[in-house]
Amino acid sequence: MKRKRKRSKLRASGVNPQRFNKGQIKFYLYLIPLAVFMLLPIIFITMSAFKPIDELFAYPPRFFVKNPTLNNFIQLFSVSSKTNVPASRYLFNSIISTVLVMASTLLMSSAAGYVLSKKVFKLKKILFSINNLALMFVATAVAIPRYFVIVYSGLQNNFAANIIPLLAMPVGLFLVKQFIDQIPSALVEAAVIDGASDYKILTKIIIPLIKPALATIAILAFQTAWNSTEASTMYINKETLKTFSFYMTTLSNTSGNVIAGQGIAAAATLIMFLPNLILFIILQSQVMNTMAHSGLK
Amino acid sequence: MKKFLEKHSNGVLLSPYVLLFTLFIIIPVLAAVVLSFTYFNTIEFPSFIGITNYISLLMNDKVFMQKVIPNTIVYAIIVGIGGYILSFFLAWSLSQLTKLPRTILAIIIYSPSMTGGILLSTVWGVIFNGDKSGYLNYFLLQMGLIDKPVLWLQSDKYLLTIMIIVTLWSSMGIGFLAILAGIMNLNEELYEAAYIDGVKNRFQEIIYVTIPSAKPQMLFGAVMAIVNTFTSSGVGVALSGTNPTPNYAGQLIVTHIEDYGFIRYEMGYAAAVSVILLIIIRLASVGANKLFGSSDE
Repeated sequence: MKRKRKRSKLRASGVNPQRFNKGQIKFYLYLIPLAVFMLLPIIFITMSAFKPIDELFAYPPRFFVKNPTLNNFIQLFSVSSKTNVPASRYLFNSIISTVLVMASTLLMSSAAGYVLSKKVFKLKKILFSINNLALMFVATAVAIPRYFVIVYSGLQNNFAANIIPLLAMPVGLFLVKQFIDQIPSALVEAAVIDGASDYKILTKIIIPLIKPALATIAILAFQTAWNSTEASTMYINKETLKTFSFYMTTLSNTSGNVIAGQGIAAAATLIMFLPNLILFIILQSQVMNTMAHSGLK
Repeated sequence: MKKFLEKHSNGVLLSPYVLLFTLFIIIPVLAAVVLSFTYFNTIEFPSFIGITNYISLLMNDKVFMQKVIPNTIVYAIIVGIGGYILSFFLAWSLSQLTKLPRTILAIIIYSPSMTGGILLSTVWGVIFNGDKSGYLNYFLLQMGLIDKPVLWLQSDKYLLTIMIIVTLWSSMGIGFLAILAGIMNLNEELYEAAYIDGVKNRFQEIIYVTIPSAKPQMLFGAVMAIVNTFTSSGVGVALSGTNPTPNYAGQLIVTHIEDYGFIRYEMGYAAAVSVILLIIIRLASVGANKLFGSSDE
């Protein structure tokens, strides 16, 4: 009996409670205000995106929109201030490059992850530790030499500059490899005895089993590509090859007149933000599953 | 052809990743080291000048020593270490809730990091706008706390603080998710055993059970926190709209590199700053390894 009482007390202090109890109220007391603070700027852009011009200019400024309108979106896609390139062109470039980055990253990291996890060869350990070291790679730190790599590889002013520099993603390879480590080697060995080639094993056994990890990398690749302004700012001069995220930064020139372009900029920001959110909500349980294996040892 | 593919499957599967990894990560890092020993203005071929760049960086660059380094230290401690502790604390708090509210709050807290602080500086630009219709100015004027509008983003007094708030807001990224997943995956029995061994309260529970058992995820989270801290360094330029930032108030190592590399075209000197940055990042992750790395190494 005594033991049982202790147990129930433990349950209350433990992780992942099954139902609500009073002890959880204190967490809500600070988590909810914090969540409001996190959400506020996002609600704010949503509001601004639908505000008509007189509400954007209103003094005192109003947080909530009164007469919502799609005007800002229409304006965003009809005019493009400095250049003659319509916003839809930037959006198209972003979609194409993001899809290609996602597809290639998934393929490359699962192929490399499989070899690093299940195959035996000389450089295996070294390759994985170099990749681990590169987890902390900060691309902006070496922006200058990266620029020269682009120039000498002929990618400058080429649409591929939006894609190729983003493909090697150390975090992606790391997560896939950790996940493939969980697959019993016996499964792979059995397939080898049955005469399956590495390509067959990869496509028929490994890839179906690592879907949660692939979902996670899909999100990371999406975020990297969709939000990237690196190529459009530094490697590409042709306006028609640049991406939407870059176009957005030209709209939000904070030192100039913020209010005038605010509605259009907010509409663009919303277009940037929503796909990120939707994709994450769809895939979040898979992401949490992968993250459980994300440990660095 | 088929035979070749079968025989060299390891190489075929691994090489796309290794090739791009070499091109866009290894070569830029090595090139930064080489360039740092040269004078290079992008027009003439780089000329070798030994360690002159490093000497002038440490001896003559007043901005670097008086502004950039102190700013970076303050920024890195609050955003990197503070943000990391915050993400652990939030992940732990969330783990104490039931599933549905936990998932919703986790998505909200994670959401700003999806698009990142730099792109979302549009939003913050309006909130911190310098005339009387800026939201913060309006609010403070109404409260009677200030008597004329403050130019928040152009002021050397406030810029760094605002940068820190914006970056912290957007820093609950995949590191945060990994820690959350790590805590959620701990075995219930560990806690029970700990209470039998004399753990008395939740604080002790965190110190003696949660952190030691979630160490691998804690380390992954730490590495991600380091990367995020330096990747988001451009936020000061995005907010104030100028590089260098007003009176160098928001100048960090990354923006100092861009200032010298892409504005003054002193590539050799900028590369030296890059090398210093890479060393700092490396040292930070060695520190994280000391704290959370597996003890058997």
